[in-house]
Amino acid sequence: MTAAALVERDFAVPDIRCAGCIAKLEQGLVRDRRIASARVNFTEKRVHLSCLPDAEMPDLIGAFTTLGFEAHPIGDALGDADPAAAGSRELLRAVAVAGFAMMNIMLLSVSVWSGATGATRDLFHWLSAMIALPTIAYAGRPFFRSAWRALRHRQTNMDVPISIGVLLASALSLYETATHGPHAYFDGAVMLLFFLLCGRWLDSVMRDRARGGITALLRNMGTGAMVLGDNGKTRWIDATALEPGMVMLVAAGERLAADGAVVRGSSRLDLSLLTGESAPQSVRPDDRVHAGTLNLDAPVEVKVSAVGADTALADIARLMGEAAQGKSHYVRIADRAARLYAPAVHALALLAFVGWMIVGAGWHHSLLIAVAVLIITCPCALGLAVPAAQIVAAGELMRVGVLVKDGSALERLAEVDRAMIDKTGTLTLGRPEARDLERLDPHVQSLALALAQASRHPLSEALTRGLQVLDVSRADVHTIRETPGFGVEAKWGDRVVTLGRPSDPIEGDALATQLSIDGALVATIRFADRLRPDARAAIDALRSDGIDVSILSGDRAAAVAPVARELGMTAQTGMSPQDKLAALARQSVTHKVLMIGDGLNDGPALAAGHASMAPGSASDVGKNASDCIFLGDRLMPIVATLRMARRTQAIVRQNFALAIGYNVIAVPLAFLGYVTPLVAALAMSGSSLLVVGNAMRLKRAIR
Amino acid sequence: MNGLAVLIPIALGLGLLGLAAFFWSLRRGQFDDLDGAALRIFVEDEEETSP
Repeated sequence: MTAAALVERDFAVPDIRCAGCIAKLEQGLVRDRRIASARVNFTEKRVHLSCLPDAEMPDLIGAFTTLGFEAHPIGDALGDADPAAAGSRELLRAVAVAGFAMMNIMLLSVSVWSGATGATRDLFHWLSAMIALPTIAYAGRPFFRSAWRALRHRQTNMDVPISIGVLLASALSLYETATHGPHAYFDGAVMLLFFLLCGRWLDSVMRDRARGGITALLRNMGTGAMVLGDNGKTRWIDATALEPGMVMLVAAGERLAADGAVVRGSSRLDLSLLTGESAPQSVRPDDRVHAGTLNLDAPVEVKVSAVGADTALADIARLMGEAAQGKSHYVRIADRAARLYAPAVHALALLAFVGWMIVGAGWHHSLLIAVAVLIITCPCALGLAVPAAQIVAAGELMRVGVLVKDGSALERLAEVDRAMIDKTGTLTLGRPEARDLERLDPHVQSLALALAQASRHPLSEALTRGLQVLDVSRADVHTIRETPGFGVEAKWGDRVVTLGRPSDPIEGDALATQLSIDGALVATIRFADRLRPDARAAIDALRSDGIDVSILSGDRAAAVAPVARELGMTAQTGMSPQDKLAALARQSVTHKVLMIGDGLNDGPALAAGHASMAPGSASDVGKNASDCIFLGDRLMPIVATLRMARRTQAIVRQNFALAIGYNVIAVPLAFLGYVTPLVAALAMSGSSLLVVGNAMRLKRAIR
Repeated sequence: MNGLAVLIPIALGLGLLGLAAFFWSLRRGQFDDLDGAALRIFVEDEEETSP
């Protein structure tokens, strides 16, 4: 086998849970001749494959399936260029360099503090300078860059006082060193950078971690379709390579990869991700169908009419772009604090300088004191106060299955006082659930399970799930055969049992399947979308937290009314994406609105909401647009997230109070000239530890 | 003073060594999968059947 011909592919495999899974995947996958090597990344729930170029996507996914894992290909575009991950790696390098420099300078400084004088002290100061100056030039770049950007736009942020403080302190220390002075603040300057870089790095790690989780959830990314070639053969084509005019073969249970028109076959499509409509739509040849809809019944052939940017998605994407612009005006709490803090600090330092000049201390001594004030007030604890609390909170939330995209999302979630919820897929599970299964005879139940397990059809899977919950054992059937579009047939002893689509249309357009023995109808099983199990409790909890909740649904009023009644909520129905956006905008005038939704049609509203959440089953658009994603069938994580966000905000405020309290004590000391480099080092590390310790209290805040 | 001339370079050298080791392991992807690394000790090597 030639190594040069290998292709690298990444897969998201959400079900990797233990060491056994790692062994099974890494050792099982390479048994396929076309897979040269497999490497599991457990943290990101990914598998990296090196395979021969003739290994097609469905075969690779099949290789995962035979091992019992569900795999989703991750697009190449995402894999190689990953600027955010590179950013946090650069920060980590800066942290390491600053940490190394800080320890060595501290080593030298301790000798100076403990009484080194004369030539020894000068030597140590020069050594410190030689370590500190390159470190500041390297590790300080993130702050200098950001401060410069802010100043150019005539704004100020946290990085402005940091940069001025660090630069001034090192310049003065260099002067001190050159003139054999007793005080050099190199240790203070580098330590400041180290603590602040830690905060910065924590912030970016948090974003990376959530992004990794979300990538694993984006199932439509990198999908494609089986395309019918001229010679009647089918081959797999990635969604990005689909072209208008191609004919896709869409099996039952598959999502459409592109817009198009049906050319052969008839089926029913689940539009819930697209429009919020809960009832399936029947399609026949010549009907137009949209990307992202789920084929429920029978295989159909679809002629592709538009791909990528031309699809119905493009309209929604445009709306979302407009909606998201409003949100970019949000200013994070640390920067808001800095707007007050920076001028105050600079005024204080200037005051100290001028004051000592007036008293007649000479410009050198006055400058020394001004620098001490700058260093002591530098927002070391402030820089850690926010990210430390937020990363602990995000880690806790991740434990209960909530992914928070970044720190600002937590800040915005804490301010929310109204919530608007989509119905289909958000309040409800968004998938068909078999109803009244417990009323069936036990032998019917076990027959149904045996047949349903043999099929990958969405309704069969729903039936299997429902029956397994009831603890049904499967009947002993043999010679199972599945006919696409009709159902499953098998022998039970010498009798023929079938499970399949109803022979004549059921009233309404409800989904149903029928079980017959020897051609005689035994049972009709109906399917319906169901409320999430704890919807009522979650809505009540939101209300008791002072958050008003209402429904925004794209579904018909008749379908929404029962849900609204059961939960005691007001509802607006039949809404288009524009309508949802407008409803949200009306509320946003007086309230901070949380939008919770899953569908493509919720995308613009999710982007426009002050904060937004989506369930893990949401459309890719929904997941990308929201701040926060909760996994699983339960709604309670929404409540947990909001409470956690509020607690985090409380801790952040406490941290600010601690930092300010520390300044109230330390600044007068600095003003009076008592702050030597030793005192500055002690004060700085002490306040940082205090703030981080306070943030750790958020751990185990969710029972 | 003579002691310092030896000890300071040693201290700095050891620190630099640690820094270099950290960068090396970072570049080699040692920190890419921290949770996985903890679990991998439970993975038994498969019998060598393939060449």
